[in-house]
Amino acid sequence: MVRRVARALIGPGIAAVAAMAISSIALLIAGSNPIDAFQAMWQSIDSTESVVIIINKAVPFYIAGVAVAVGFKMNLFNIGSNGQFILAALIAGWAGAEVSLPAPLHVAFIFLVAIAVGGAWALIAAVLNVTRNVNVVISTIMLNYIAIGLVAFLLSEYLANDENAGLVAQTKPIPPSGQLPSLNRLVELVGFDFAPGVELYGFLPFAVLLGVAYHVLLNRSRFGYDLRLSGINPEAARSAGVNPKRMVLITLFLSGAIAGMIGLPYLIADPNFLKYGDAFPTTIGFTGLGLALLGNNSPIGIAAAALVWSTIERATQTLGPLGIPPEIGRILQGSFLLVAVIVYEVIRRRNAAAAVAAAAAATAAIRPGDPGVPAGAPA
Amino acid sequence: MESSERAPAGTGTVTPAIELRDIVKRFPGVVANDGVNLTVRPGTIHAIVGENGAGKSTLMKTLYGAHQPDEGTIAVDGSVVHFASPRDAIAAGIGMVFQHFMLAANFTVWENVVLGDEPGTPVALRPAKARARLRELAEQYGLDVDPDAVVDDLGVGEKQRVEILKVLYRGARIVILDEPTAVLVPQEVDELFGSLRELTAQGSTVVFISHKLDEVLRHADAITVIRAGRTVGEVDDPSTVTPRMLAEMMVGAELPTPETRERTVTDVAELRVDRLSVRDDGRSIVDDVSFTIHRGEVVGIAGVEGNGQSELVHAILGLVAADGRVTVGDQDISTMTTQQRRALGVGYIAEDRQKEGLALPFSLWENAALGHQSRPPYGKGPWIDVDGARSQTERIVEDFDVRTPGVDVPILTLSGGNQQKLVVGREMTADPRVLVAAHPTRGVDVGAQALIWDILRRARHDGLATLLVSADLDELIGLSDRLLVMLRGRIVAELDPATVTPADLGSYMTGAALEGGH
Repeated sequence: MVRRVARALIGPGIAAVAAMAISSIALLIAGSNPIDAFQAMWQSIDSTESVVIIINKAVPFYIAGVAVAVGFKMNLFNIGSNGQFILAALIAGWAGAEVSLPAPLHVAFIFLVAIAVGGAWALIAAVLNVTRNVNVVISTIMLNYIAIGLVAFLLSEYLANDENAGLVAQTKPIPPSGQLPSLNRLVELVGFDFAPGVELYGFLPFAVLLGVAYHVLLNRSRFGYDLRLSGINPEAARSAGVNPKRMVLITLFLSGAIAGMIGLPYLIADPNFLKYGDAFPTTIGFTGLGLALLGNNSPIGIAAAALVWSTIERATQTLGPLGIPPEIGRILQGSFLLVAVIVYEVIRRRNAAAAVAAAAAATAAIRPGDPGVPAGAPA
Repeated sequence: MESSERAPAGTGTVTPAIELRDIVKRFPGVVANDGVNLTVRPGTIHAIVGENGAGKSTLMKTLYGAHQPDEGTIAVDGSVVHFASPRDAIAAGIGMVFQHFMLAANFTVWENVVLGDEPGTPVALRPAKARARLRELAEQYGLDVDPDAVVDDLGVGEKQRVEILKVLYRGARIVILDEPTAVLVPQEVDELFGSLRELTAQGSTVVFISHKLDEVLRHADAITVIRAGRTVGEVDDPSTVTPRMLAEMMVGAELPTPETRERTVTDVAELRVDRLSVRDDGRSIVDDVSFTIHRGEVVGIAGVEGNGQSELVHAILGLVAADGRVTVGDQDISTMTTQQRRALGVGYIAEDRQKEGLALPFSLWENAALGHQSRPPYGKGPWIDVDGARSQTERIVEDFDVRTPGVDVPILTLSGGNQQKLVVGREMTADPRVLVAAHPTRGVDVGAQALIWDILRRARHDGLATLLVSADLDELIGLSDRLLVMLRGRIVAELDPATVTPADLGSYMTGAALEGGH
């Protein structure tokens, strides 16, 4: 177990060191002292409050990573998760504020709208692919732009809160019955007290649930088997009775549906938002692409990647006033991703070669026909 | 080693073109070559035979500089060489033709040949020069191929000629071919060896790996047999040995034959194919094909590859759109999905296991579930039954002699023969009513081949209706109760395997035997 954990940490470890080295060079070029910078970064994450904020921020990243990972597993590149995310966030935010329902139903309704809108938007690309053979990468990318335009149009023309007309375009806030309570009470139950103002948002359990569901679906269900099979060898999948068109439709819908949930932590669990508007983050979908890659499409890996990402974002937030360019965060993230992916590939190849050699050794030990082995002897 | 009269130089003390001495190559945990010796006289065709996993490919890679031996020496034309990379081997005049063609499908023949070694300057290619050189080479060695044809449109035999031209273009004097005949029909095999003979007549040396012992004996000037990483036999005069002797040297044991003469055919029709046609771009690839296979019967389809056999197989499985009717028992399956057909009891051994029959990074048990994932013991409702699948796979591994460290390792770690045994095992344990077997023993070693033949024979005895498509004519004749010959999408002859010879069959396959009759 310890060895497995250690082995799993080699890749990210190397990537972290390399990312820090590359960023140090960038900092030196920019005329800042890297040691000061890293010290400042450490200070801004070295508190309970920071950890809670990092976790809160990691949740939507995580969902974004899982959303595209589903498709990646089938070699289906849903580059349009961002469009699916913003469109779903807008419509779920609006619809959630328009209805009044008892609390659990209200939350369920918002989930349902987000899932349906995100899934439906992705389904456009899926239908184009299976009926007209349009490349999914191209169509999902293009649908991002359409989604941006559509969101702006819908928000300003129809869905914005009239009370703010002319000031800011944003939907009405979702009422308390549609919100998820913070987890502070739960944390207190296990004997941990947060400082006032620190809140662990209530979406975290859903993200964990999503990861479990993703893992079970992929590794234990027939659908997941068909999905992974289609990703590895579509021709073998067809011969095994898997309908490739059906797989594209379902998998893209699923990917879009999960992408639709990226905005929910903000809409229903973050008291600073609770509505879709100009302040809403609008690029998390794209971040998910890198996180799925970094996390190797595994739920634990993506969770770790999401935490790394939000840690870097948090750490570099306060650098500006110290005269250190905060863009160093992007350099850290980018170089971390790049090096990690390269290291993974190297490790993967070495493991594959070792597996082949091990199997050869185990099976070459005895061969019928060898001297001393009677013909027909069991190997 | 004695010198031979068959060497063109014939002087008795010819410097060998290639001389490998005590080659040892270790991989982590396994010794792939453990003292291999090989002496190839210049101007000869030299065959290397051995079971899958005997270490032939490792040896060829050593010779081609793809890796370096741990011990032993390589001498080319009498001088010891060290190849750090294939580049060095090419420079020394050694060219390799791989079993799996490495051609750019949408490039033309001449573009493929010059790829990586283009004439002209970095900015200006000189196609005319390339074409001229290519024509010259083609003519010199009788390797007939159109320089401007697109590779994708070529048949297997032509693609292979392009591969050979590629190495000749780079100035190879020693040409190594890895199982060159695995994909060819008899006529193409003869053409290939005609060209190779032309090469040796003009001073080049040819080394080839093969499983097909009769053609080794027919075409090689000398043979080296490798077993378990060691040289176990050197034959300087192939006329002194029989295929059986060679095969026994290879496996170190006695050999089976594909013969099945006990009749088990019943009069219960199990698979009925009725006026089946597959069209592509208005062309009929399968053209109005009808036949019936009864319980306990094996019907063999003979044909030069590319005459519609693959499409026929795919149509029966529901993998391509087809007109006509396919019936299993009394159920019309023509409109069923592939999954429904397989659930009904249509077993399938795909012609290319790596392309169509397996998911290489998947574990053994995941591969055993392939095609059966929706039914017990592999599937339970919407779920995969991991325990059920694993224990079923353990049974397959046991019953079908799949040599593996376990059922959780990726199947890509196994040899081709063991992969195929898993494929055959998974289809047979699913208790099929009809088995569609395309090239069930292609590229597997003699041991695995014997086992697979045995399995097919037993299943036939138990009432399985088998459609057997194969390029191995001995296999077709040996296993089939009836033979159908497919040519240009049509069934053109029905033959009795008890009376037909491979040579007859070959002439039906190319249409030569039909021209007089029609």
